[in-house]
Amino acid sequence: MSVDLSLDFFSLFGLPHRFNLDETALDRAWHALQTEVHPDRTAHLPNSRGAMAGALRVNEAYAALKKPVTRARYLLELAGMSLEAINGNTVAPEYLMEQLEWREAVEEARGVNDVDALEQLALRLQIRTDGVIAQLAEELDGQRDLEAAADTVRRLMFLDKLRLGIDDALAALDN
Amino acid sequence: MTYSNKVLDHYENPRNAGSFAQDEEGVATGMVGAPACGDVMKLQIKVGKDGIIEDARFKTYGCGSAIASSSLVTEWVKGKTLDEALTIKNAQIAEELALPPVKVHCSVLAEDAIRAAVADYKKKHGENK
Repeated sequence: MSVDLSLDFFSLFGLPHRFNLDETALDRAWHALQTEVHPDRTAHLPNSRGAMAGALRVNEAYAALKKPVTRARYLLELAGMSLEAINGNTVAPEYLMEQLEWREAVEEARGVNDVDALEQLALRLQIRTDGVIAQLAEELDGQRDLEAAADTVRRLMFLDKLRLGIDDALAALDN
Repeated sequence: MTYSNKVLDHYENPRNAGSFAQDEEGVATGMVGAPACGDVMKLQIKVGKDGIIEDARFKTYGCGSAIASSSLVTEWVKGKTLDEALTIKNAQIAEELALPPVKVHCSVLAEDAIRAAVADYKKKHGENK
């Protein structure tokens, strides 16, 4: 069994090209394909290097589709949007100001070892992130407004960075 | 990757870190961000009645190069007119700090921050560019 490297990530797993995705179906399809292309099963085959490329491709596809931010970026790329167009444009100053305030709050909480404050920030961030993801689903699957979706993806990228900052602070205080 | 001594110096001894009150006379704010790395940079300028930038502040969440780039431009814009400040180019910032190619985008962000701050000042003072 070999993987058709020309298929896009959604087609590879037999999933529809949609942002809203059935994660269980993705996990199941990934496990099934992974078993088929696993190097332990393909190493003896004449074209074992091709099989290795297939295994890498399957994992790359899974990683890209699993996370909302990379899944959205991939859908925009499939729709013909360049990486520069996705990353390059800036985000409204008001939004950036709010991001700066969040980062200050994380820094402050970390400075005084305030785990409760950090956990509250994490909770607020989760609620905000869920809202942004719902908006992305509407823009990508509903209205098909790619420009708006690209802007929302950029906003989500800042939220992901913030999430890393909070996790990092919580991990540091745990130790 | 190793940082140059100049980057380290700005990182360890940031110049003009902090904020002015938004409503303070002559203060304008430039907010920029780079989605790809998640960096957020705020540059504030304080412009005197004579149109000269008297003082500047920055607050940056990002890597050492982004912090150094914004720290450096707060020094460079001081004493300049708005139009002179706009002549500061990212290439000069990158050269001064000896930024490696992968960090050049940090200097671009700092140049964008100057533009955003000047644009904010002109907007507040009714000057159309």
